[in-house]
Amino acid sequence: MVSVVYEAPDSIDGAISLLANADVPAKVLAGGTDLIIQTNGSADVSRLFVDVKKIAGMLDANLSAEGLDLGPSMSCAEFTAREDIKKVFPGLVEAAYLIGSTQVQGRASIGGNLCNSSPAADTIPALLVNGAQCVIAGPGGERSVAAEDFMTGVGRNCMEKGELLKTIHLPTPAANTSDAYLRFIPRTEMDIAVAGAGVSLTLDDSGTCIAAKVAIGAVAPTALLVSAAADALIGTKLDDDALQAAADAASAASSPISDRRGTAGYRKQIVGVLVKRAAKIAATRAKGN
Amino acid sequence: MSEAQEFKYIGQRTVRPDGFDKVTGRAAYGADLTLPGMIWGKTLRSPHAHAKIRSIDISKAEAHPDVMAVATFKDFVTLQSESIAAGEGSADVLDLAKNCLADDKVLYHGHAIAAIAARTEQAAKDALSLIEVKYELLKPVMDVEDAMKEDAVVLHDDMFTAGYEEKPARASNIATRVEMKMGDVDAGFADADVIVEREFRTPTAHQGYIEPHACTVTYDEDGQSMIWCCTQGHFDVRTSTAKVLGMELSKLKVVASEIGGGFGGKTVIYQEPVALILSKKSGRPVKMVMDRDEVFIATGPTSAAKLKAKVGIKKDGTITAMQGWMAYEAGAFKGSPMMPGVMTMFTPYDCPNVLVEGFDVVVNKSKVAAYRAPGAPQAEYAAEMVINELAEKLGMDPIDLRLKNAAKEGTQTIYGPKLKKVGLVECLEAAKNSPHYQSALPEGQGRGLAAGFWFNVGGQSSVTVNMNTDGTGTIVEGSPDIGGSRASMQMMAAEVLQIEPKHLKPIIADTENLPYSQGTGGSRTTFATGMAVIEASEKVVAQVKERAAAVWNVTAEQVDYADGVVRNTAGEDSMTLAEVCKGAEKTGGQISGSANINARGAGPSFAVHICDVAVDQETGKVDVTRYTAIQDAGKAIHPGYVEGQLQGGAVQGIGWALNEEYIFNEDGVMENPGFLDYRIPLASDLPMIETIIVEVPNAFHPYGVRGVGESGIIPPLGAVGYAVGNAIDRKVEELPCSPPRVLALIQNG
Repeated sequence: MVSVVYEAPDSIDGAISLLANADVPAKVLAGGTDLIIQTNGSADVSRLFVDVKKIAGMLDANLSAEGLDLGPSMSCAEFTAREDIKKVFPGLVEAAYLIGSTQVQGRASIGGNLCNSSPAADTIPALLVNGAQCVIAGPGGERSVAAEDFMTGVGRNCMEKGELLKTIHLPTPAANTSDAYLRFIPRTEMDIAVAGAGVSLTLDDSGTCIAAKVAIGAVAPTALLVSAAADALIGTKLDDDALQAAADAASAASSPISDRRGTAGYRKQIVGVLVKRAAKIAATRAKGN
Repeated sequence: MSEAQEFKYIGQRTVRPDGFDKVTGRAAYGADLTLPGMIWGKTLRSPHAHAKIRSIDISKAEAHPDVMAVATFKDFVTLQSESIAAGEGSADVLDLAKNCLADDKVLYHGHAIAAIAARTEQAAKDALSLIEVKYELLKPVMDVEDAMKEDAVVLHDDMFTAGYEEKPARASNIATRVEMKMGDVDAGFADADVIVEREFRTPTAHQGYIEPHACTVTYDEDGQSMIWCCTQGHFDVRTSTAKVLGMELSKLKVVASEIGGGFGGKTVIYQEPVALILSKKSGRPVKMVMDRDEVFIATGPTSAAKLKAKVGIKKDGTITAMQGWMAYEAGAFKGSPMMPGVMTMFTPYDCPNVLVEGFDVVVNKSKVAAYRAPGAPQAEYAAEMVINELAEKLGMDPIDLRLKNAAKEGTQTIYGPKLKKVGLVECLEAAKNSPHYQSALPEGQGRGLAAGFWFNVGGQSSVTVNMNTDGTGTIVEGSPDIGGSRASMQMMAAEVLQIEPKHLKPIIADTENLPYSQGTGGSRTTFATGMAVIEASEKVVAQVKERAAAVWNVTAEQVDYADGVVRNTAGEDSMTLAEVCKGAEKTGGQISGSANINARGAGPSFAVHICDVAVDQETGKVDVTRYTAIQDAGKAIHPGYVEGQLQGGAVQGIGWALNEEYIFNEDGVMENPGFLDYRIPLASDLPMIETIIVEVPNAFHPYGVRGVGESGIIPPLGAVGYAVGNAIDRKVEELPCSPPRVLALIQNG
C-alpha cells in the first residue's frame, strides 16, 4: 500500500528524528514550489514530507552586528519586503525577487532554493559572494558549511540523511561593500536563468576595489565562486579593461551545457556580460554606502 | 447599406454576457463536466518520431483490475480515404483516424497509439505502462529540406505529389505542388531598376491556448451518444467523429463547452472518437483531458516554413514583378496551409506580374492545425521583409512605397477575383498619421512596419431568435464564442429589435437544437452568424408587426416599429414589444425568427503594424518598446472586443517573431513541451499595444462588418523582424529573433 505521510514537527529535534528514522524517502517541505512539482503525478511510491515551517526560527530573519541569520523557510515575499536587509544585501534581495512569480514568491524560500541545489538557482550566487555559512542540524549535532561547499552536483548537496538546514548566516560586510545579482532570461520574468552572476565589492575611499567575490550560476553543475574574476577586479578602479578581464575569467571558468534554454557557447558569453554589469551595479552601491 | 448609418446600440462597449461566469470561475470548460459513473481515459503516446509498429499487446493492461476498456486503431470502422469538411479546411477521414490512433506507423513524437479507460485518472495513467509496443525505428524527417530530398526517407509510401500533370513515378514527402501566376514575371523583372531576393525561415509555432483539449462522452446501449468538449466547431466535431466511427449524425450530440482559447487549433478532433470507443466498450461515461505536454506534442501547431521572395521595382517605386516560393511543413499527414500562403503572399500589392509556387510537405512532427490566418503570416513575412528592404534601397518611406502600390477596389488577385472595396489605403494613411509613426525613433532603436491581408470567410450559420412572453428574448446560435462574439450577437439583435442588449440572451446551442453551423474560424462569426442574427431578428420584427396589424385590423405595412414599440400609422394605437409578446398566445402562438444562411460577401481585412525595438547588443535580447496595430474592421460592432482582437493577434505574432519555437533533439523528440521553455510573451514583456480601428464598411453586411480575428497576427513577423534588423543593421532571414540567434547575427553578420 502506497502511503504519503505529512508531518509538521514544532522543533528541530522533532524534525531530525522524523527524517533520521524514516523508512521511506523523506523530504523536507518548505514552500514546496520545487518539491511538489518534482513529486507530481507519482503517487506510486510511499513518501514522508516533513514540513519545517512550524519550527521556531525557520521563518525569521535577524539582522544584527554579526550579520544576517536567516531562517531557511522564510518566504521570498517576506524576505524581499525587509528594507533593513535590502540595505545591507541588495543583491541577495534582488535574487530572491527574481524567483518564479509573485505567487510563487509567497511560498518559495531561500533555504529551499539552496537545498534544491539547482545549478540555475538564483539566490545561490548571491549567497556565495556574501560568504554565507549553512548551519546544518543533524542527529550528531550541528555543523557549519560554507555555501560554496554546500552543493556537490546538479540537484545534490552535502546534507546527509536526518540532517536539516537550520540557519543561513551571512557575516556583516566590511565598510563600503555592496553586492548585485543579475540573471539572463529571454523574457522578463517567470523563467529559469540561462546564466546568472553575483558580485560583491569593497571599495576604498579612492574608489579602488580592495576586495571582491564573483559567483556564476547556470553555467556549471553547481554555482561557482570564480576567484580569477575577483582577482581581475581587486586593485583596479573597475575600468573597462578590468571589467572585461573579470568577464573573460568568468566565461573561462564556466562549463555550460547546451539545452533548450541556450547553447553552451551563448551561455559562456552571456555569463561574462552579466559579471561585468553586476560589478558595475555593485560598485555604484558600494560608493553609495 | 449606406455608409453613414446611425446606430442605437452598435458601437457601444457593453459588458459581455459571459463575463461574470468567466471572472468568477463558474464558466464550464472542456474538463468541467462530471457524470455519474464516469471513468477516465488516458492516451499512450509514441516516444519515437518515426517508427513502424511491429505489435501492440494490450492483454496486461486489460487484465488490470481498474481498467475498463482499451482502444487501438483496430476499433475504428474500416475506413476508406475520403475528403471531408473539417474545421477550417478539408481533411482525409483516414488520416484523421490515423492521427487519433496510429495504425501501423507512428509518425511523430507524441503520436497516440492506444488509450485506456480506468476507474481513476491515476489508474489509467499507471496502466499505460502495461501496454507493450514493439517498434522498428525509422530515421526521422524533421524539416522540409530533408523531406524534399530525392533520397529522403518517405513517411507514406502511397503518397504521390499532386499538382503535376503526370503522376510522379515514386512516392515522396511532397503531398502537393501548387503554382499560381498572372502576367509575365520575367518581363516584369526586366523592367525593374532594383530587385531584391531573399530566403526566409519560420519555426514550428503553437497556438498556445491556455485550456488543454478535454472532453466527456457517453455512448449508450442504443448507440445514442454525446460529446461535451471545448471546440471552435461542434458541428464539425460531430461530422468528423461520426465519420471515423461510422455513426449516423442523429445518434451523436455534440455540446460545445466554454472554450479557453482556440486560435484555429480547436477545429479538429483528437480524443473525441477515442473516448467514444472507450465509452462504448466500458458502458460508462468517459472523460479525457490532455496534459500540457500532450497539447504541445500532439496538437496544433502551425507549419514551419522555408520561403523565398523576389520583388522588382522601378526607381519611382512602382513594383513590376513579384515572385515567391514556399515549402510548408504539414506535419505527419498532408494538409499544411500552404495554399492560403500562396494566395495571400503578395495580395496587399497591385502588381500585374506575379508568380508563386508552393509545396505541402510531410515531416515527422504532429499534424498542423489551423492557426489564426493559417499560412498567411509566414508567406507575408517574406514578402514584407523584401518590400521594406526595397524601400530602404530606394530611400523611400515604407508607407509611401506601399501606398504607391496598394491593393484597392478592382485590384486583380492572383487567386481569381478582383478585390471589392477594401481598406488598405485607409490603414496605411492611418499608420502614417499615427502618433507612433509621427514620433522620432529613440536613439539606438529599430523600427519596422508591415502590412497584412486575410480574406475572411462567410459560410453557413443557423440562428433562431426566440421571444419570451415578457418581451425579452434568447438568441440561439451555433458558433462557439472564442472572442466575445456573444456580445456582438446581442448588440446586432438589439439593433434590429430596438431593445437594450441586456434583454437578449445569446446562447451556443448544441448540435441537436439547430441545423448545421460552421465552426468559429476564418473570422466568420461576427460577419456570417451576425448576418443570420440580423435576419432572424428581422423576422421577429415582421411577425410583431403582423400580430399588431391583426389586433388593429390593419395591414402589416400600416404598422411602424421603432424603439421597441409598434404603432398604427392608420390610427392612434401603439403596443410595446413586451405587450405584443404577452398577447402572442391569442394572436397566433409564440414569436420567433430563424435564419439558416450561407453567407456570401465576406470582406477582407487589411492590417498595418508599426513596431519599435531596442536590442541589447551584448546579449541579443530584443525589447519591443512601442507597438501600434491598425486594422480595417469594416464596422466595429463592439470596439472593445475589436481592439482586443487586434492586440491579441499582435501579441501572438510578436511571440512567434521573438521567442516561440519547437525545439527538437536529434531523434525528433520535442524538448520544450511546456510554457516554461516554449516562450509565449508575458504581459510584462510587452508595452501596451496601441490600436487604431479603421472602418471601411463591407457592403455585403447590413452593418458593414468585416472579420477582425485573424489579420492582426500577420504583420508582426515582418514588423518585428525588420525592426530588429534595423536596430542591429543586419538582415533578419530567420525567425524567431531569440537572443542567441540575434547575438550571432550581431557578431557574425
